[in-house]
Amino acid sequence: MTATFNDRIDIALTVNGEAVTARVPAGQHLTDFLRLELGLTGAHASCEHGVCGACTVQVDGQAVRGCLMLAAQAEGSTVWTIEGLTDTGVVADLQAEFVARNALQCGFCTPGMLVAAQDLLCTAMAQGGEVPDRAAIREHLSGNYCRCTGYEAIVDAISAVAEARHAGTAA
Amino acid sequence: MTLDFGNPDRPNSYIGKTVPRPNAARLVQGRGAYVDDMVLPRMVHVAFVRSPHAHAAITGIDATAALAEPGVLRVLTGADIAAVCTPWVGVLAHLKGLKSPPQHALAMDRAVWVGEPVVAVVARTRAEAEDGAALVEVDYDPLPEVTDMMTALDADTPVLHADMGDNLAFRRLHDHGDVDAAFAAAHTVVEARFKTGRHTGVTLEPRSILVDWKPGDGLMTAWHATQAPHMMQVVLAKHLDLPESRVRVICGDVGGSYGIKVHIYPDEIATAAIAKIMARPVKFVADRLESFTTDIHARDHEVTGRIACNADGKILAFDIDDWTAIGAYSVYPRTSAIEGNQVVNLCGGPYDFANYRAQTTVVFQNKTPTSQYRAVGHPVAVTVTEGLVDMAAAKLGIDPIEMRRRNVFADDAYPAVSPSNMRFEGLSHQASLQKLVDLMGYDALRADQAAARARGIVRGIGIASFIELTNPSPFMYGIGGARISAQDGCTVRMDPDGSIVAASSVTEQGQGTEAMLSQIVAEGVGVLPAQVRIVTGDTQATPYGGGTWASRGAGIGGEAALQAARALREAILTVAGAMLQCEPATLDIRDGSVVDMADGADRMPLAELGRIVYFRGDTLPKGLPRELVQTRHYTPADYPFAFTNGVQASYVEVDTDTGDVKLLKHWCVEDCGRIINPQLVDEQIRGGIVQGLGAALFEELHYDAEGQLLNGSLADYLVPMAGEMPDMIVAHVETPTLESTLGAKGAGEAGTAGAAAAVMNAINDALRPIGGEVTAMPFTPERVLRALGKLQD
Repeated sequence: MTATFNDRIDIALTVNGEAVTARVPAGQHLTDFLRLELGLTGAHASCEHGVCGACTVQVDGQAVRGCLMLAAQAEGSTVWTIEGLTDTGVVADLQAEFVARNALQCGFCTPGMLVAAQDLLCTAMAQGGEVPDRAAIREHLSGNYCRCTGYEAIVDAISAVAEARHAGTAA
Repeated sequence: MTLDFGNPDRPNSYIGKTVPRPNAARLVQGRGAYVDDMVLPRMVHVAFVRSPHAHAAITGIDATAALAEPGVLRVLTGADIAAVCTPWVGVLAHLKGLKSPPQHALAMDRAVWVGEPVVAVVARTRAEAEDGAALVEVDYDPLPEVTDMMTALDADTPVLHADMGDNLAFRRLHDHGDVDAAFAAAHTVVEARFKTGRHTGVTLEPRSILVDWKPGDGLMTAWHATQAPHMMQVVLAKHLDLPESRVRVICGDVGGSYGIKVHIYPDEIATAAIAKIMARPVKFVADRLESFTTDIHARDHEVTGRIACNADGKILAFDIDDWTAIGAYSVYPRTSAIEGNQVVNLCGGPYDFANYRAQTTVVFQNKTPTSQYRAVGHPVAVTVTEGLVDMAAAKLGIDPIEMRRRNVFADDAYPAVSPSNMRFEGLSHQASLQKLVDLMGYDALRADQAAARARGIVRGIGIASFIELTNPSPFMYGIGGARISAQDGCTVRMDPDGSIVAASSVTEQGQGTEAMLSQIVAEGVGVLPAQVRIVTGDTQATPYGGGTWASRGAGIGGEAALQAARALREAILTVAGAMLQCEPATLDIRDGSVVDMADGADRMPLAELGRIVYFRGDTLPKGLPRELVQTRHYTPADYPFAFTNGVQASYVEVDTDTGDVKLLKHWCVEDCGRIINPQLVDEQIRGGIVQGLGAALFEELHYDAEGQLLNGSLADYLVPMAGEMPDMIVAHVETPTLESTLGAKGAGEAGTAGAAAAVMNAINDALRPIGGEVTAMPFTPERVLRALGKLQD
């Protein structure tokens, strides 16, 4: 890391609904900031290349790779990690369905997978209540690697939640 | 001890049911505890300077600039580590002739693969350690590399380890019957050359270890992402000169292992050595490039195979010549010869034939060491065997299903011994094959294939039968001199509130070990699974045992848990009999209460029994046994291994213009004996299949002639993604092993064993009418187009 990357930058942001101020190294990515500075270990560093999706978190409503975003870039942002999404209950149905269908084994990809799934379902519901089919779910998850499950149970779980949310919206 | 597994309505019938995993809720909430999540007081981080050369002499190390970097605390060389850590040699006595030189935690005067750790830099943070590592100057004199497998033993190829004499690590020839005579007399002979791509496990959680050494306690504690905590305890103690009793290995949540995390890695041992040197906690977590260059690789095989058949398609003989290149060292302590050895053991495995010759040749080269990865050797053996069987069937004009029907061991032929001397207690090839045919609607699928062909769409169906080695006895490692336990233990106790705690030596890697154990213990004692807490992954808190490898957790660890649970049940009923003034044999435990065996009438909740035993023991007869804790261990003894079997099918569509292969659907019927949790077994099969599909279509580590790894990132090394994977239909035949009460065999590797071969056969089934054949994995668009003759440069 060069001296420039080691320079410290002051940031203020909201993480899981709580105001956070910090002085961060310019070169520190958001995942390291969340994990090392805030103790939010739900987002996982795996490829640190933006490929595997294990570090996916929500930044200003979008699913974002924490390893491809510098903490300094989160200035003024609203960040939600799996811990906060758990506390508010917005992904409780997805979590329950993942457990019921064993759509996780080692659990390392799961927080990122849930954020990506929530992103798909929110987007789909926002676009007029279209329920994504299995192919659309598989396509959306192409940026989230799972090495344990073979994906089928994950697709099943997300599909079931999509149907249930759609039914809930329609009712 | 008997349990009426055949009666689904029996009391406490949790074995055989889908029960939720007790640890899954925590993981979906992001509250797992992986090694990298751990932070200890005074913890420091280590990063490694790694060799950029495949083979080079180390002529100088200058750490001046690194030591001046802010946060850098220490820079250690191979000699510094060697002062506290002895080298190791990855050989086993029963693999006769296997040789490998001593390997140090950090390279001493010579580096032998790109990525080998050379210098360790310790700093307050990982980022500072990496910054320091970038400033260490190492002088290298490049040496000639050995990178080509098939010329590794040629006279003009440099010898990698001069004192070993040659580049041959291991060779084994197995010759049974009269192979030459069988081939000479055969109606049909097919020969083909197969290649399985060098690939690796790609655990999403990289290898991770955090080691603390407290001189005051004389205790080393390692928090380690591992499959085998007790094996690691032995190795740390032996090489860091500590008593085994003063090393504690804790294995919390592990982010995927698949065989990758069951080996000894030099950087992890170096981390422990540094903890001992600095007397403070040291953490090492590999980054993704380090994972690709230092996690064990596997499957780097080139095989020439021949099959001889008579006019009816009856297999007369197989003749197999397997070559594999392992890297510069045989990996400690399980060695790098097991994979080739398994190819010799497993080729032709499903089939009842008489003449078998197989040789494996294992050579050294300057690449990342290879060793055991999920389904060790099986995918190679199944690819060669099933490829040859399909080619012979095609040449004879016999349908692939019919070809297998004519050759598999009959379901009533057991016990049986294969031509490779594998002993089978009981398999179900015929029943499995029939179940697969029904499941996939084989005839209808053939009709669909023909209809598609008429529309110009090229589809193919591939079948792959297989056997899988599970529940290994001490014959796998123990007889070779390795302190790798083949037995497992379980301690089950009842606490005052009537809840049960079970501590087991098998480990949880995400496959559902803790759910499986909770079901077995719940049924064995007579409580609800939710009343059972499971403890695993701590050498100080669990009985001694092997851990997770070779599909052994359920079959061996599960049996130990069942026996311990039944023993606790007896102990509880002895106390209950005294309290209720009746014969213990007239009582049972159901749903956490003592009941009358005859009619299930409630007599006393376990919490009441616990209250009396723990707080009012004075009211019980003096001398009444009241040990509400029982331990049992289990080792398979009748058979060296409990073989399982299965058959997979793949339906693919090949785009003959682009070479792209689309996986339309996949089926697997397998027989892992008694199924404890159907959902967990199915998910093991599916996950295993997808790792095999990765091998078939995507995964290959590319090296150049100088031994440089060319695709060491997840952007360049492809693993299966959700979009490319098919839905997978899984079904089972259950042939419980009679060796244990539980009857369970392993299920974790069956999917990986046969998936790639099924895809290969499906592609070749698709290409056969238009001319073309693929046998070198992965079957990339380029290779498919070359097979079709559409790419020739």
